[in-house]
Amino acid sequence: MQIIKDQKIVENTWTYIPDDTKLPAEISDITVSLSRWNEEYDKLEKYQGKVGIRINPDDSIESLPPSVMKAALIEVNFPVFTDGRSFSLAQLLRTRLKFKGEIRAVGQFMPDQIFYLSRVGVNSFALENQESLADAISMFDDFSDSYQASVN
Amino acid sequence: MYQYNDKDQTLIDERVAQFRGQTERFLRGEIGEDQFRALRLMNGLYIQTHAPMLRVAVPYGLLNSRKVRKLAEIARAYDKGYCHISTRQNVQYNWPELEKVPDILQELASVQMHAIQTSGNCLRNTTTDHLAGVAPDEIEDPRPYCEIIRQWTTFHPEFAYLPRKFKIAVSATTTDRAATQFHDIGVHLVKNESGDTGFRILAGGGLGRTPIIGKIIKPYLEKQHLLSYLEAILRVYNLHGRRDNKFKARIKILVKETGVEKFTEMVNAEWQQIKNGMELSEQRINDIKAHFAPPAYLTNADQDKSFALHKKQDSEFATWIKYNTADHKIAGYRAVFISLKAPDSPPGDITHTQLDAIADLSDQYSFGEIRTTHRQNLVLADVKQADLHQLWQNLNTLDLATPNIGTITDIICCPGLDFCSLANAGSIGITKQINEAIDNQDYIHDLGDIKINISGCMNGCAHQSVGHIGILGVDKKGVEWYQITLGGSSENEAAIGDRLGPAVAKEHVVKTITTILDVYIQQRLEDESFLNTVKRVGITPFKEQVYANH
Ligand code: SF4
Repeated sequence: MQIIKDQKIVENTWTYIPDDTKLPAEISDITVSLSRWNEEYDKLEKYQGKVGIRINPDDSIESLPPSVMKAALIEVNFPVFTDGRSFSLAQLLRTRLKFKGEIRAVGQFMPDQIFYLSRVGVNSFALENQESLADAISMFDDFSDSYQASVN
Repeated sequence: MYQYNDKDQTLIDERVAQFRGQTERFLRGEIGEDQFRALRLMNGLYIQTHAPMLRVAVPYGLLNSRKVRKLAEIARAYDKGYCHISTRQNVQYNWPELEKVPDILQELASVQMHAIQTSGNCLRNTTTDHLAGVAPDEIEDPRPYCEIIRQWTTFHPEFAYLPRKFKIAVSATTTDRAATQFHDIGVHLVKNESGDTGFRILAGGGLGRTPIIGKIIKPYLEKQHLLSYLEAILRVYNLHGRRDNKFKARIKILVKETGVEKFTEMVNAEWQQIKNGMELSEQRINDIKAHFAPPAYLTNADQDKSFALHKKQDSEFATWIKYNTADHKIAGYRAVFISLKAPDSPPGDITHTQLDAIADLSDQYSFGEIRTTHRQNLVLADVKQADLHQLWQNLNTLDLATPNIGTITDIICCPGLDFCSLANAGSIGITKQINEAIDNQDYIHDLGDIKINISGCMNGCAHQSVGHIGILGVDKKGVEWYQITLGGSSENEAAIGDRLGPAVAKEHVVKTITTILDVYIQQRLEDESFLNTVKRVGITPFKEQVYANH
């Protein structure tokens, strides 16, 4: 699968490991839920591959442990494209926690949302519809200016 | 009025291009129904019973003659020759074709207009007093702050997918003409003890199914913090507002369920984190204020003698002056209401010929500016008294001088069954019946200040819950019935109307209204207003009469 990262189409190397699935034996880049991150942090720290975290709209920034700053990737998940909480979560990851690493939108968001998402600090995008990638790239240029300060 | 700079123009041009692309992708089947729905709503486009409806933004109700001519042109070229003024001071077209909407938006952009964020779960058009800048009781012109808010809300990346729609209203006078207590956020310009102007902030007001009066969450906010404070409220709402139930998703429910104290604490905590660095500079405020500098008023306009003479000689003119004009802060000027409530036309509707004529009249008599009001009329805000008689004659020939502003026939009415797919009831038809039944002008004037609001369903687009008389269409087994409320008000003494009793059948609505009026006339003390009478005697006498013959 391909994703968009820093406005370029690149191969995805990351896999989300659901809570009821064991960590993979082979070394790879994985993300886990916030609860798993909290519960199995010792184990994850020892994992050979890179480890990231997936946060959901119900997770609050205040509830994130300090260790999230060490995450190699933070995914903000969209269960539905209309759930705008992920926009605020990304904004707060950047501005409040000063997270500098990769923030990736995953789930049911639309290509038409990537302009706003990038303005609140999301810098990579895992779009389910692989055919829309080229169109999506052009949407970073939808607007050449803005009325509010951007995170990036 | 505010004039776009290159950046403003570029942004709306880019928006047109973006929406054109989205519409094309939708028509090619590359965007799903649900996705396109969200995108088109943020560009003002609804799909209704008969056709799409396009809602054009009129930021804080301010237009000029060039814009009004363009609205007329669009009504001719893309619609059936007319459009409609909404209760949020916007303009609606009821018959555009989906494929043509990008072209309409392009036309609008050519006169610095757009339909951005006029629907959908996002930050909507900011509204204010239709007499802003000319009202004698004004602390400061609110429009520069409205414009600052407009820019901040436009394409705000974080708050485009809120739990529900979000509306902000600003008022700068002691008499609230912008219904700020019934908005998601109400902003009042106020002075503190040292005489500095700042803002009182209300949150959690709203109409619709659960009408709630907004609560003060910040008694005094220094000017420079306006945007950071709004941002703090929006962030708390975006993160914590309910998304599980559409009918509980407005900020009023969040404030109610959280408790106003806790909610205020949450906002203040967020605000402390962001206030430094988001300040509005004095320079920026002044730059925007310069766009709203007063026009070149004559200093001797009140020397004119003809006005008094015309009033004396022509009683019809005098009546029109009494009802359809308002005091102005400059001596010798008045603000003129153009009534869109002629008895035989749907409230708020206006034809392309009327629009063109009004544009010409505004150029001739009112510095080329026109305003829309939330009671669905128009205003020429700066007319010299010497011109009033001529203007009145012109408006009369256009059927735009019905002297009924603020009276019982100045009805606020939603589109109802005629256009809206959610409607239970034909609100426009009820308006027509009321007009036919109450057609004696002396009687109407004797009744004085009575506001009727009629909504075709629970969504309450015509704000029936704050009407002095509220009429709400409800569906009972496929038949239209009407729930009547009395004593609502959206002004200073904000109140939600009390239910009169069981809903009445369609054929009894007019009789019910006339009975209510009879009771008022029996009960009132001298020149006591309808609202005060209802307050004093309560609902019982009305109820007894209305249901006596049932
Ligand atoms: S009140 Fe109901 S019927 Fe009237 S316009 Fe609103 S949604 Fe439609």
